[in-house]
Amino acid sequence: MNQSEETAKISVKDLSLFYGDKQALYSVSLDIEEKKVTALIGPSGCGKSTFLRTLNRMNDLIDGVKITGDIVVDNEDIYKSNDVIKLRTKVGMVFQKPNLFPMSIYDNVAYGPRAQGIKNKKELNKIVEESLRGAAIWDEVKDRLKSSALGLSGGQQQRVCIARAIAMKPDIILMDEPTSALDPISTLKVEELIAQLKKEYTIVIVTHNMQQAARVSDKTAFFLSGEIIEYDVTNNVFSNPKDQRTEDYVTGRFG
Amino acid sequence: MTSPPIEKHNIGNGKSNKRKYMLESLSSKLFLLCALLSVLSLLLIVGFVFYRGSHPFIAEGYSFFEFIFGVDWVPGEDKFGIFPMIVASIYATIGSLIIGVPIGLFTAIFLSEIAPKRVAKIISPAVQLLAGIPSVLYGVFGLAIIVPFLQNYLGLAKGQSLLAVIVVLAVMMLPTIVTVAETSIRAVPKTYREGSLALGASEIGTIFKVVVPAAKSGITAAIVLGLGRAIGETMAVILIAGNSLIVPTSLTDSIRPLTTNIALEMGYAAGVHQEMLFATGIVLFSFIMILNFVLAKISARGAN
Repeated sequence: MNQSEETAKISVKDLSLFYGDKQALYSVSLDIEEKKVTALIGPSGCGKSTFLRTLNRMNDLIDGVKITGDIVVDNEDIYKSNDVIKLRTKVGMVFQKPNLFPMSIYDNVAYGPRAQGIKNKKELNKIVEESLRGAAIWDEVKDRLKSSALGLSGGQQQRVCIARAIAMKPDIILMDEPTSALDPISTLKVEELIAQLKKEYTIVIVTHNMQQAARVSDKTAFFLSGEIIEYDVTNNVFSNPKDQRTEDYVTGRFG
Repeated sequence: MTSPPIEKHNIGNGKSNKRKYMLESLSSKLFLLCALLSVLSLLLIVGFVFYRGSHPFIAEGYSFFEFIFGVDWVPGEDKFGIFPMIVASIYATIGSLIIGVPIGLFTAIFLSEIAPKRVAKIISPAVQLLAGIPSVLYGVFGLAIIVPFLQNYLGLAKGQSLLAVIVVLAVMMLPTIVTVAETSIRAVPKTYREGSLALGASEIGTIFKVVVPAAKSGITAAIVLGLGRAIGETMAVILIAGNSLIVPTSLTDSIRPLTTNIALEMGYAAGVHQEMLFATGIVLFSFIMILNFVLAKISARGAN
């Protein structure tokens, strides 16, 4: 094992993905490092969200998806094992739009642990509080844990979504354009949160917003037409890109 | 190729639009008339039933209390008590709900969440066709298959019974329940499912903890509609109920629900007897009005 493989939390080799006859990813290879923020950028339809969703097998839900290649998380090939539930407890996800369930804030955060069979009230209380604190939303919601989560603002909802994800104590959190539906102030709060979270979690974030990628990520992968064009330390990608296409994109010449 | 020269002319050409406006107002009046027709029918029917049905209690001194709670219905002896029929209607409806609701709900969940598209494409039209079968055929089916089955295998003296009614009504309410519940389950945003699955919940867990609760109001509406179908059904029930005038105490008792009482006797009834049948209609109508009211409340709450 060489140096880079030792620190790789997720190691993707030669991944191709087809929606029926249409190929969406072309032999993508990428090593994602532990406790770092990795940003995936690129124009709409470039495959970055599709790629993100292969990491917790959310693409399995779509009919007619075919995948070749390997994705190894903690030395385990996730497409060879059939335990999707175990994978998803380890790899959490935050979606583009806040998708809290129509239940109370408490029940939303406790949903995942309950699905894993945790029934003890004390334990659940502890998990809920820790998770909400971890997502920097505890102070805002602690007095209304029992009221509907859908009464919160969009930015608050998204942070409760993050709390819901960390309630599972995952290793990895996938974020699919988590701030694209939020106002600038809420976006800032989520970005600050991401900076906090990376101390404990490996984060992979898809974003349309290049300033965001530059602000929050350690490494950045640039996708174009289902391929990775460039993958490097974020600073290099933005200030010193090796590929002309990357430069055109990050300087705003297209996309 | 050159394009033909564009002729400059005024499309309206200065014609008067009087005829158009007349046609507009004429057609809108026609539509209004059609719309009023159903309101008018409703008022006429309700008014007529209430007028005739309330007559014996207002003008002829019959007690409404005795009508509702009296257990004897002997028109020849001037005894009009519909209590056995009310109980029969309620039992038959509740019984059919106990069988029909779980089967209908599980079918709806299966069709909308679990079944592969190909399978759903076969089952879904089959369920909907069930709604197209004339109710008398349900009765004939019940009489020819279920009634003899009960006689032969459960050893009943008479297979026409509460149980037979419950079974047939349960089948009859299936299409209503399945279609309405399926629609409301399909309307649950996909993001809820994704959110739940991404948290490591199983598919069945996701269905029962997130999807079904989110479709709660639609599912309740489905149940109430199915209930309305069961309580108002007449033709099928007439053939298999047995029509005995007793307060049912077991599933194997022969029953006479409110609807069949009207249908059976209206043909020859006259005078007070006929008016009492209209009064039976009022009771039935009230049941259904209450149901509709509940339904409207539920849908209003779902919309919020």
